Amino acid sequence: MGRIYGKSSTDFAVDAVRLAIADAGLEKSDIDGLLINAGITGFSGQGVSLQLQNALGMGNLRLLNHMNAAGSTAAQMVQYATMAIDAGMATHVVCVFADAPLQQGGSSAAAYGNAGRRAGPTGILGLSAGAGHFGANTSYALAARRHMSLYGTTQDQLGAIAVAERSWATMNPHAKMRDPLTLEEYHASRWIVEPLHLLDCCLVSNGAVAVIVSPPEQAKDMPQPPVYVHGMGQGHPGDSRHAGDSPETETGARLAAETVFGMAGVGPEDIDVCELYDCYTYTVLVTLEDYGFCKKGEGGAFVEDGKLGPGGSLPTNTGGGQLSAYYMWGMTPLSEAIIQGRGQGGERQVEKNDLILSTGNGGALSYHASLILSPHAN
Amino acid sequence: MADSPPVKPVSQPDELTEPFFAAGKEGRLLLATCDMCGEMRLPTSPTCPTCLAEGISWKEVSGRGTVYTFGIMHQRYHPAWEPDLPYNIAVVELDEGPRMPANIIGVPNDEIVVGMPVEVVWEHEGEAPVPRFRPVA
Repeated sequence: MGRIYGKSSTDFAVDAVRLAIADAGLEKSDIDGLLINAGITGFSGQGVSLQLQNALGMGNLRLLNHMNAAGSTAAQMVQYATMAIDAGMATHVVCVFADAPLQQGGSSAAAYGNAGRRAGPTGILGLSAGAGHFGANTSYALAARRHMSLYGTTQDQLGAIAVAERSWATMNPHAKMRDPLTLEEYHASRWIVEPLHLLDCCLVSNGAVAVIVSPPEQAKDMPQPPVYVHGMGQGHPGDSRHAGDSPETETGARLAAETVFGMAGVGPEDIDVCELYDCYTYTVLVTLEDYGFCKKGEGGAFVEDGKLGPGGSLPTNTGGGQLSAYYMWGMTPLSEAIIQGRGQGGERQVEKNDLILSTGNGGALSYHASLILSPHAN
Repeated sequence: MADSPPVKPVSQPDELTEPFFAAGKEGRLLLATCDMCGEMRLPTSPTCPTCLAEGISWKEVSGRGTVYTFGIMHQRYHPAWEPDLPYNIAVVELDEGPRMPANIIGVPNDEIVVGMPVEVVWEHEGEAPVPRFRPVA
């Protein structure tokens, strides 16, 4: 994962699936379900597609789909795989994300900017491009500003999230950004869209991640320590643009929280580790509020004391997240949740990993899905 | 052959929004009112997202609203916008309810605040009308 060139999304996906099958101690013939999520290249038709099945030579699938609810997809794939296994439709389901937007010599902005550069905006939706609103950076800057204005959230508080995640990244061999970061260095990083500095924004990466979902009674005898699904939830506010709605500051995480905590029979006070989708620092802050770790509007004060970092009371994004490690959409938080649940985090392994909240977010805080995972069977 | 200078992308009318842009050329702001439930909106589809009915009537509105949120763009993203960097981007909540992406004019970027009362000013990029907003004195 990272700035790796010369491979297509499908190539990356095949690599990840092969590694995952071996890691699980399975044979390719054991796999009877395949769920696929293309990243940003999926929007331009260049991403991994249903053709992956043929590249993998899987001819006896009982379950197959190409799914896209943006950054919430990874958690959703595990949810649908879990339900399908429970329903007896499949046994071992591979969930794979792959993307390859980076071109050699090109910037991350260019990789994600092409959508905004397309000619011919039309109608009401085209007013955004007409006003120079381009890309996700602008959408999240607008959301962060709204929160700062309503609740007095500060730049230092957003910076505290970037600093905490970087502290974790220094201990992750897979992380791209591994040099320690100070709040001063955060402030000195260039503006992208105020109030977002460069270091408020996630990386862009090429690569793939695959996760295998299996029945618990089989998983316990497989070579790796299993991680169990205790809760599943989704919440999708969409993109309302009307007075009275506030999707920028009250996200789909609120609805997902009710479902995921309800299913697991726990609350935020029971969660030991958070692996939260962190396309921007602000996403982490608003997600913590919407899961009830603190009150609405108090996310800034909540994160400011460093509790998300190593040694803090709520270890969060323990691999460095999308900000400092790698950007594999919802697979970034999910993969780290599984690593922590297995107890394989090495230097960064948290002491208490009984309940792990892993979230996915997509669009402009438009789509949300989450899992509660645990090393203990439910 | 020299490259032609980059041109800012400007939204063009589609079948649904032709009256909106035609009125904009005349400096007037129209909103669509659902013929069934009366909801006012900036329509992105022919059907009303509240009651799912088809059929809208366009009504001229005050063009006044408040800054719902804003940001300052520093990123080189579109070549035609580069000379304007850093420029502001805002979402204006119209008094009638709908929110509209637009730039704020007539005020330095560091004096824009959330909640600031503003009113629409139709400017033009080439032939195309572009809604922008300025502070209300």
